[in-house]
Amino acid sequence: MWESLVREGVRTVFGISGGAVIHLYHALPDYPIHHVLMRHEQGAAHAADGYARATGQVGVCIATSGPGATNLVTGLATAYMDSSPVVAITGQVATPFIGTDAFQEVDITGITLPITKHNYLVTDVEELPTVIKEAFYIARTGRPGPVLIDIAKDVQAAQTEYVYPDEVNLPGYRPFPPVSLDQVRQTAEMINTSSRPLIIAGHGVILAGVEDALLALVEKANIPVVTTLLGISSIPETHPLCLGMGGMHGEAHTNMALSNADLIVSLGCRFDDRLTGPVNQFARQARIVHIDVDAAELGKNVRPDLAVAGDLKEILPALVPLVEPATHQEWLECIREWKLDSARRDILGRDDDRLLPQYVVRQIWRATEGEVIVVSDVGQNQMWEAQYFFHHRRRGLISSGGLGTMGFALPAAIGVQMAFPDQQVWVTAGDGGFQMNIQELATVVQEKLPIKMAILNNGYLGMVRQWQQLFFEERYSGTPLLGPDFARVAEAYGIPGLRVREKSGVLPAIQQALDTPGPFLIDFLIEQEENVYPMVAPGSPICNMIRRPLEPEKQI
Amino acid sequence: MKHTLVALMEDKPGVLNRVSGLFRRRNYNIESLSVGHSETPGISRMTIVVNGDERVVEQVVRQLEKLINVTQVLNVTNMPTVVRELALIKVKASHGTRSEIVELANIFRARVVDVGATSLTIEITGPEDRVNSFIDLLRPFGIEEMARTGRVAMVRGGNGKCA
Repeated sequence: MWESLVREGVRTVFGISGGAVIHLYHALPDYPIHHVLMRHEQGAAHAADGYARATGQVGVCIATSGPGATNLVTGLATAYMDSSPVVAITGQVATPFIGTDAFQEVDITGITLPITKHNYLVTDVEELPTVIKEAFYIARTGRPGPVLIDIAKDVQAAQTEYVYPDEVNLPGYRPFPPVSLDQVRQTAEMINTSSRPLIIAGHGVILAGVEDALLALVEKANIPVVTTLLGISSIPETHPLCLGMGGMHGEAHTNMALSNADLIVSLGCRFDDRLTGPVNQFARQARIVHIDVDAAELGKNVRPDLAVAGDLKEILPALVPLVEPATHQEWLECIREWKLDSARRDILGRDDDRLLPQYVVRQIWRATEGEVIVVSDVGQNQMWEAQYFFHHRRRGLISSGGLGTMGFALPAAIGVQMAFPDQQVWVTAGDGGFQMNIQELATVVQEKLPIKMAILNNGYLGMVRQWQQLFFEERYSGTPLLGPDFARVAEAYGIPGLRVREKSGVLPAIQQALDTPGPFLIDFLIEQEENVYPMVAPGSPICNMIRRPLEPEKQI
Repeated sequence: MKHTLVALMEDKPGVLNRVSGLFRRRNYNIESLSVGHSETPGISRMTIVVNGDERVVEQVVRQLEKLINVTQVLNVTNMPTVVRELALIKVKASHGTRSEIVELANIFRARVVDVGATSLTIEITGPEDRVNSFIDLLRPFGIEEMARTGRVAMVRGGNGKCA
């Protein structure tokens, strides 16, 4: 097995040992693979996922049978929802014991059926090389996704003549649907005749690695771009044509653009409900061209006027020459007006002494000049990060979008930092999410990873509290959250930490984190009941946003 | 509306589970599903009857095609097809009703496959609606047990392959 992994280019794996993988671990020291011992299998799955998202290569995690395997589940579901290429290897009880409810036995292929792209149970050592070859191929091709290989313990101990196949034979697997050039021409024609075109750039742009082609397309015809959460960094957010993230917490001008465009060209985006709101009220003025490598996404949520299945790597280079140069001056002017209104409402433009999370995020961006990979957690902190950090580095934001997994950031950042030891990696998380995988601080120390961590600590499960405030009569049921002094927790692990209570302490703390070699944790005690604005109420079309009120004195 | 899909898939452990799991997970309404060997060794053939509008069925087809072990899916609803279902029906039969039931069976070209002291077991093969009308006629006699296979379908003529 290890030899096969080496041949697939694997140099780092994330895992935890156990009884049903003891043979595998026994053989591990003989191979040029670095094993990162995590503190929880969920962490191993997120780390492999983070590694995969940062590099585009397959991330690998390992767990033992039973509870080891079930602990991977959340991590695999996270990777599946966000199309991340991960191979998970689990031990299974020995073949004669399968089905007998043996010690630490669980049907992990059954459990992970709906959250993996494919999975395997290996009960014959002869199958193992073929299975591994197929698993890596399936994980990384087409629309990527996690693949699980469950290997019975006796198979791990068995001997065989080792032959690694050169090719896979999967007659039912068609990762890249053939592209119709006719449809590409139609797309170009629709763009050329549109006066208010808009591009939605999703995660697929990054997965296909077509950021350059996207830039060429939008600059040629001056088409503004809205990104999804996972599409952030597909185009530099400092680019004048980039409007940022759209949807439930999208900027107002972004959602206005979506609602007023006459043509939307969606690239590698699956029209998630957090982007669209109610689909029957989404982008009603627009004709929609939906381009995706996964044909099953076309028409799943939004009915497109033109559905194009295929690889963006083929489609975009074919499309760019067919698109005519245009200025779209009126349309861009219109968007600029909306943008000005957004800027007027921006809380950072105000004279405010409170320690605001938006300020913290913006200062991290300034201090690092955006030259970092940010791994954000889930909740309000994730939205503030998305709104106030301008990502221009490719693959510069790693976050759990589809599943929205709290606790993702710290272990995923471990995967990212293992992949890029020389790059600066920042974690931004809330106090709730950080506590969900806080045990991985030990892994950070063990691997001597220089990860910088910023906790936006408001003592609440803040996003839910915000919903309760706005839609549930301010009954804060189950949301106030007791947490530790995170700086002291970090110190207990051997990581220097700081607690910041005042706005004036923010910049010095960030500077200290940057000046300190190795990991550093800052616990920002932010304004407790600050909200994420704008917000689209659930069930409302995205043009009906709850805006931050203008400052009273400015209204007079 | 009911749609008939024919799917070919590798005959591997867990494949049926993958297909049926997909229907539950995606909230598709499945009417019947029958599976058996195809003409190619190692390839199973499944006929699936699914309820829903065109859009839902298109989604079903695409999601099925995404399964790694599924090699081919075809919506044969609007094609000329031979569609058959087999049913075994055990119906109460007394001295007085037995000949009437046998007569009905003959009209429907069904066969009596077992005769008991108080019952008859009848096999009928045919398009679904014919099976349904036969069952409706038997119901007044008292149906004790019934087993239906669900629809199997094949496109007429052509080169003999489903696509």
